[in-house]
Amino acid sequence: MDKVMSDKRIIALYVLPALLLVLVLIYVPIVLTGYYGLMKWDGIGAMTFVGLDNYSRLVKDALFWKSAGHSFLLAAFSTLSLIGYLAVAMVLAGRIKGANLLRKIYLVPMLLSSVAIAQLWLKMYHPSNGMLNLVLQSLGMKEPIGWLSETSIVLLALFVPIIWQYAGFYILIYYAALTNIPSSLIEAARIDGATPWQVALRVKLPLIAGVIKVTIVLAIVGSLKYFDLIYVMTDGGPNGASEVMASYMYHQAFRSFDFGYGSAIGFFLLLTCLVVTWLIRRLTASGEEVQYS
Amino acid sequence: MTESAGASTAAASLTAWPSERTLPQRLGRIALYAVLIAVAVVQIFPLVWLLLFSLKNNQEVFNLSPFALPAHPRWENYAKVWTEGNISLYFWNSVWMTLTAVALTVVLASLVTFALTRLVWGWKKPVLGLFMVGLMIPVHSTLIPLFQMFLKAHLTDHPLSIILTYTAFNLPLTIMILLGFYYTLPREVEEAAIMDGCSVNRLFGQIILPMTASVLATVVIINMIYNWNEFVFINTFISSDERKTLTVGIQNFIGQYTTDWGAIGATLMISILPILAAFFALSNRIVEGITAGSVKG
Repeated sequence: MDKVMSDKRIIALYVLPALLLVLVLIYVPIVLTGYYGLMKWDGIGAMTFVGLDNYSRLVKDALFWKSAGHSFLLAAFSTLSLIGYLAVAMVLAGRIKGANLLRKIYLVPMLLSSVAIAQLWLKMYHPSNGMLNLVLQSLGMKEPIGWLSETSIVLLALFVPIIWQYAGFYILIYYAALTNIPSSLIEAARIDGATPWQVALRVKLPLIAGVIKVTIVLAIVGSLKYFDLIYVMTDGGPNGASEVMASYMYHQAFRSFDFGYGSAIGFFLLLTCLVVTWLIRRLTASGEEVQYS
Repeated sequence: MTESAGASTAAASLTAWPSERTLPQRLGRIALYAVLIAVAVVQIFPLVWLLLFSLKNNQEVFNLSPFALPAHPRWENYAKVWTEGNISLYFWNSVWMTLTAVALTVVLASLVTFALTRLVWGWKKPVLGLFMVGLMIPVHSTLIPLFQMFLKAHLTDHPLSIILTYTAFNLPLTIMILLGFYYTLPREVEEAAIMDGCSVNRLFGQIILPMTASVLATVVIINMIYNWNEFVFINTFISSDERKTLTVGIQNFIGQYTTDWGAIGATLMISILPILAAFFALSNRIVEGITAGSVKG
């Protein structure tokens, strides 16, 4: 049997097409991004090696750090909202009729394209005919608010549809984890006289700690590389007020044709994501994960 | 599967203590339901509003309450954007590029997963590792080199650049979901088949692959949703109008029609209708796929 199953040509035939695609289209570009980051290059002409110049420029680039600050703010915002999702999932996983239907309804926005969501929310935020201002005006607000044109609120205004888009995803994951907890454990705690609060905080939370960890990584890394809605809705504007790391990179490369600097930002983004993932895993690794049985 | 089993046991244990609730408990439950339903309304309401204004003309949008039902639903908005602009072209581009990439992804991922779980070879661990680390790579860190590679290969503005990148970037997630299923497949059948002189190709194509039909359905629908909605690659690699998909197409289209709310609404509805239809038909599979693939960033 092993002889048949270890035929080298067959193995190559089964593995190589996928492996080559992933190597050529994911890993080679990662290496090239690191390489381009050491160059001065307009994307068309010859490259000039400039060593770490792009990175020293990055360190001093106030606009970049402003964008990075926005990305980290989104990460903080997304992480905090996990608490709300967890609370909703806890309620949903309790004795709730229609829980299955509700979690599916929550998920709908996540299935739509970012462009459709962005265009829809552009309309929601429209100064004169958008849903939001119309409702606020009917409640007595005088001046319409320019949600996406005022530098002080544009970032928060963009966070709302991003949260809206992903809420159902996290609720779904928490719900799945909570309903996988053997009911015997919950019953045992109740028989021992635990209140619902104690059951939630002392029994359920520790049991899904692994899943919570994964969602924290997802929320933070997903926020740090976030791009779509911001690119479509404000393109980083007005005046850089909603620029994030990925949109800043995109603008440097594909608008200013500064591919060397854009690549340096792209490489920095990659390193940030990997380091943050590693860091969270490290920080939350204290103690073994609680096992059922 | 495990999830629904868990849900049903939980439900069974919960119905075990009914009707002992006091008044404050009941009020508490009503409050909880109110919160859950409020969240559902927030999630759905923008879409209902979208449907409403897609069936109105500007006068109705600007002068009537946003919650008002259109007096005469203006389906002509849909007919107009479908025939006047390039929306139908974008739509069919989305359809065929999505389907081609999905087919390629699912076939290649099945081959690799079969090799990783059934064939006998060294290097399994590093190869699996490469696929799994691929899940964590931010798309934007690959964008500039990919663009340059396609430029050199004369593949920018070519559908192949899109189909190949969609396939490569969805392979890790697809393999991860398939792996979980392949590990659970019984091995007795294949041992017997090989003893009977069945070739590896026949074993894979005629015995194993059909057994994975249910998980294939899950990965197909998840891949379809991701490809249908993809924006960054298509926006960067494709420049000519006749090769655009709906996501970038509607972006340009709406730019031209900024003042016609009905047309914009109809365009957006057309772009999300296939997803909503898939959702109503296959919501369990979608939920399963998204839960299984929750590490995708």
